[in-house]
Amino acid sequence: MMRKAINDYGMVFVLLGLGLVFSILTIKEQVPDNDTAIAQLMTRVRRDCKAEDVIVVAGAARKDSAEFAGKMAAQLTREGFKDARVVVGIPSDLRALLDELQSRGTNPAVLIAGRDVMKWRVLDHLPTQYPAFAACKIMTPATRLWPDFLKPSNLLAIVDRIVVIAVIAIGMTMVIIAGGIDLSVGSLIAVSAVLGSLVMKQLGGLEAPAWVVPVGFMVGIAACGMVGGLGGWLVAKFNVAPFITTLAIMMVGRGLAFMITGGFSIYQVPKALPWLGQGRSLVAPNTVILVLVLYALAHVFMSHTRMGRYIYAVGGNKEAARLSGVPVFFVTIFVYVMSSLAAGLGGCIQASQINTGTPNMGMMYELYVIAAVVVGGTSLAGGSGKMLGTLIGAFIISVIQNGMNLVGIDSYTQQVVLGAVILGAVLLDKARNSGGMAALLRRKA
Amino acid sequence: MTDTVTSSCLLAMHGISKSFAGVQALKDVSFDLRRGEVHVLIGENGAGKSTLIKVLGGAHLADAGEILLDGEPVRIASPMASQHLGISIIYQEFNLIPELSVCENIFLGREKTRHGFINGAAEHAHALELFKRIGIAVDPSRRCRDLTIAQQQTVEIAKALAVNAQIIVMDEPSAALSQQEVAHLFGIIRDLKAQGIGIIYISHRLDEIFEIGDRITVLRDGELVRTQQVKDTSREMLIEMMVGRPLDKEFPEHEFKPGRERLRVQDLCRGKSVRKVSFSVRAGEILAFAGLIGAGRTETMRLIFGADQPDSGQIFVDGVEVRIGGPRDAIGQRICLLTEDRKNQGLVLIHSVQENFALPNLDRYVRRGLLGHALETAEFAAYVAGLKIRIAGHDQLAQTLSGGNQQKVVLAKWLATNADIFIFDEPTRGIDVGAKYEIYLLMHKLADEGKAIIMISSELPEVLGMSNRILVMHEGSIKKEITDVANARQEDILSAAMT
Repeated sequence: MMRKAINDYGMVFVLLGLGLVFSILTIKEQVPDNDTAIAQLMTRVRRDCKAEDVIVVAGAARKDSAEFAGKMAAQLTREGFKDARVVVGIPSDLRALLDELQSRGTNPAVLIAGRDVMKWRVLDHLPTQYPAFAACKIMTPATRLWPDFLKPSNLLAIVDRIVVIAVIAIGMTMVIIAGGIDLSVGSLIAVSAVLGSLVMKQLGGLEAPAWVVPVGFMVGIAACGMVGGLGGWLVAKFNVAPFITTLAIMMVGRGLAFMITGGFSIYQVPKALPWLGQGRSLVAPNTVILVLVLYALAHVFMSHTRMGRYIYAVGGNKEAARLSGVPVFFVTIFVYVMSSLAAGLGGCIQASQINTGTPNMGMMYELYVIAAVVVGGTSLAGGSGKMLGTLIGAFIISVIQNGMNLVGIDSYTQQVVLGAVILGAVLLDKARNSGGMAALLRRKA
Repeated sequence: MTDTVTSSCLLAMHGISKSFAGVQALKDVSFDLRRGEVHVLIGENGAGKSTLIKVLGGAHLADAGEILLDGEPVRIASPMASQHLGISIIYQEFNLIPELSVCENIFLGREKTRHGFINGAAEHAHALELFKRIGIAVDPSRRCRDLTIAQQQTVEIAKALAVNAQIIVMDEPSAALSQQEVAHLFGIIRDLKAQGIGIIYISHRLDEIFEIGDRITVLRDGELVRTQQVKDTSREMLIEMMVGRPLDKEFPEHEFKPGRERLRVQDLCRGKSVRKVSFSVRAGEILAFAGLIGAGRTETMRLIFGADQPDSGQIFVDGVEVRIGGPRDAIGQRICLLTEDRKNQGLVLIHSVQENFALPNLDRYVRRGLLGHALETAEFAAYVAGLKIRIAGHDQLAQTLSGGNQQKVVLAKWLATNADIFIFDEPTRGIDVGAKYEIYLLMHKLADEGKAIIMISSELPEVLGMSNRILVMHEGSIKKEITDVANARQEDILSAAMT
């Protein structure tokens, strides 16, 4: 059981390995967020200070640091510490306040330094430059060592970033397991997004009510489904090579997307459009929830339904499947429709993420999607592969991109590394399947 | 053997043996070829003809034995080496590249060049000269795909002459030719003989052998039966040499109790491969189809199973006419086909045995839209036990099983569909003797249960030993029906199959 799981999802280890590498590379001192910091500091203030003490709160001239200073001061006042002085700005602003206090002879009991202020040199020079303030305590939020990579917000960002590719990869996995390939998905993203936002524009544009959004989505997705049906029919009926059929659809789709909009983007979309791509429900972004739900459904579909089995059988041996009563014709059309529907949905998500429909969306996405499927362990020869493997494959690609961004690698180098890692991951998979790297190298071509 | 014979010997193969994974394909076979002679090589399917030719052509390396060319021992390690020694083999499926011209095909790999560029004019001239030698005009600049089969054959012969071949092997050269074209081919062969070239001629058509052959060698089960002059050979002798093995207890005893008619086929036609085939099969029967490969037996069964669509004809199941648009319909009519090619048509090799078993039966395992794995597993387990299928586990991949066990898995999957009409196409091909016997017993059991069974077999002993009625097919139509199987002889079948 365990061994089978490892065999099926060996790529998990690649994913974990990458996660480990990026965790180590991005370990940093982490400042807690404002609310946590304020709560933490207040306990110390309550312990060390009396109500009439002078308390200086310093924040840097940055949004979250300034917000920290304001909130901290408000909290102090609320708890009865009357003499809280707030300063927000650059180091010289703090120095000016301290000079003023010194000249009046008021000695602050505590200096609370928010994030960023902690690093100002004024604090280091306090004992020498302001000898009168010897009793003044400097309080800063407690920091801890933790990788940027593993911050919850970053982990969600990893999923959020790959969501379009991951959704489309569901359909692509079905097509590839059935022994085909679908190059048209990148263009269909644009077709779906452009058609969808055009419908929304026609139904009221910026002022349109929320229900217009799902209508637009439906139109975009349904149009893609029909294109997929046509492609699947060509493949099934005339035995046209899937590569060629979908390559043609890719070109036609891209061209149509530009023709529909005249080459422009459509910005006149309802205010409710970003809900899907940018909104949150409960604990997680809507996109993350959507991806997890879709993969759960797709996994059950592929491994626990008749149609799922048929897809594997058609990819494994089309003739044997046909002679066993599998409706090969129908299955072939089905997988291309599914792939196109997924691409259509992906287009809707992306339109929602950027709040626009643009005809040049989804360029090269077909290749990233195929990469995710292949890295996930699905064989391009058809007949084998796992839906959850694809999800892992998509994560691997996203983690590599995210991790390299965090480490500060430029985008050109990122392309090189991504390509190399995809090759490496696939070779590793081959090695695992043929019983070790040595066995793979020994094997004759 | 005298010295003069040896000296005129173009090719001599002595004591050639070859085995594959424990199966002895050739056992101590000797064969020789003289200049200007047509030496016919004959034997049943699997007798070792093609293995012998592949050893000569460098595709296989013999385990033992030696090959002499013009009395000199040679080692033929690759097809390239064979070609350099002046041996040219014309396979049944030609080795021509359809998109290239005649000229380009003839000189493929040996292009005539001048200053590094192909000298098209010289090639063209040489090609014309070759065709003149053969006595047939083919335009060397035409694309091969546009030529007729007979013309393509001519190109193959020209290709052989272009490398100055002294030995030309022709594997069933007449199989796809019309009567006239065959006559023409024989004309070419006589010309080649006159030029001192030795020809090894493989054919199933007895008439041709007597017309064109000088000597004949018969192989059987990988062994040499005899080499003798064609003029000293009679048709009956030839058939006896080919099949002449005594029937022993290879097959279980069985008493057939035929019941009502289950399947009837009326005037089934498809192109040239199936011509007005009519027959019926009853419950409890094993109806055998005998004939040569390509006689139209498999093609007929594919029509009944819906794998191909007939041009015309009717199919009746239990007396009612049915329309079978595809295998799904056939399965619905409780017909099943166990294909001759298990690896490509019977099984999804990269999937588990259980998945293969379940494929035609999935409809029955669905509960509320989902597959009931427990149901499927339990049913398969019952068949594994019942048929004594030897597997390591239900998730073992089909490709790792032996031929016999693969056949049992295929049988299990069709038994589970509750089929009434079983079509076995070469049920024991590639299966060892022990498993064969088990398959035979299963077939008898099915017959006892009232199933109607059709069996295609190219092994005459199997046909005679297993069936209660025999139909012999030849070139797409049924040539003979044998109802008294107990007193039938292999010769009767073979002569009907070869006419």
